Amino acid sequence: MDIPYTTQARPDTGLFNAKLGIWLFLASEVMLFGALFSSYILLRVGADPGTWPHGLLNIPIGTFNTTVLITSSVTVVLAWSALKMGDFAKYRKIQAVTILCALGFVGIKSFEYKDKFTHYEIWMKDGRRVTGHIEGNPWFYTLNKAAAQKVEAITFAPDAHHYAEKWEGHKAFHTELKAEEAAGAHHLPPVKIPVADIKRLSAFVPAHSTYFGIYFTLTALHALHVIGGAAVIFYLWALNKKLWLSDPERYTNRVEVSGLFWHFVDLVWIFLFPVLYLL
Amino acid sequence: MANAHGSHAHTHAAAHGGGHAHSAEEVKKHVKVYIAIFVALLLGTALTVGLYYVHFNSMAVTITIALFVASVKATLVACYFMHLISERKAIYSTLAITGFFFAAMLYLFIWSRHSVPAGTEYTPTKYTPIPMSNQGK
Repeated sequence: MDIPYTTQARPDTGLFNAKLGIWLFLASEVMLFGALFSSYILLRVGADPGTWPHGLLNIPIGTFNTTVLITSSVTVVLAWSALKMGDFAKYRKIQAVTILCALGFVGIKSFEYKDKFTHYEIWMKDGRRVTGHIEGNPWFYTLNKAAAQKVEAITFAPDAHHYAEKWEGHKAFHTELKAEEAAGAHHLPPVKIPVADIKRLSAFVPAHSTYFGIYFTLTALHALHVIGGAAVIFYLWALNKKLWLSDPERYTNRVEVSGLFWHFVDLVWIFLFPVLYLL
Repeated sequence: MANAHGSHAHTHAAAHGGGHAHSAEEVKKHVKVYIAIFVALLLGTALTVGLYYVHFNSMAVTITIALFVASVKATLVACYFMHLISERKAIYSTLAITGFFFAAMLYLFIWSRHSVPAGTEYTPTKYTPIPMSNQGK
């Protein structure tokens, strides 16, 4: 049985069905991401002044990743244009760039995630707070793990600055190192912090704070969309050539629909980037 | 562009569905537009990041500018890459309804403030830095 309106426009909508379909789906996606953006605003506005983490994400990496995604968005539409002009070989070349960009984006994002999983904040029982790295760069280290391993002191390389503390709490761990700080070091030499003095220890994971809760929710959902979109684009690119040979127009429409989804994913990132990295 | 659509399709490529089916010639012209939009998006990204390093006195101004630039970029993507500049009514209607509920959802946090029973409002605690005396050791 033939599926109706895969290439012919349906008389009442004036569209081939998949196109209206993808737009209805994108409408539901707008509501999904909209709900999370709304949550973000609520959490952000409700946070105590001065406590919302700021500057914990790597802006140059975020900017680069934004550029990668924008590039993939233009290659998607150029690849579709090539198909419209009947040039399958050109489409293959351009769409290959899209797929590489998608892999690049996910790769860079994973790198950023790993960076967070190995970056810690320690709340001392005396009220001091410090961010930095634990010796050996363990992932998801917790006080429970320290207790299980009977670790008595953690070797910790503090960052030179704290995102929320106005007072220079970090110097507290390094009163003798003023000169080095003046030289603008990002990381201070490691110190031993007794586990008994620690009230709380957390990597930059969702449990760390509301900020990381919403950060990981939004970016992971977005990354899933990137992976899903890339999978479809890859499938059409690599495994669906026989449709191009038998029904080029239908194939082109498939590529267009996958492209619409991809642009939406790009569009979401255009908002996520300034909101999470810069504001 | 919109008049290129419809049942009176005038080219082979436009003879079939899709809000923006065009002949190869037309698509060629569009390629230039896509490249221009791409450059605009890159400039927009550079602008967004550049503005981050400019310190405005008010957070409201910073947020407004950042979201304004992002909205312009998003509009470019939607209008040109997603061809919304010349689409079918069915799609516009769908998006109009979505836009309404999307906006409503973003305002939920304002409305929510009116539905808190008197006396139970959440008041952010005043931020008090840990005293300097805790430093050193």
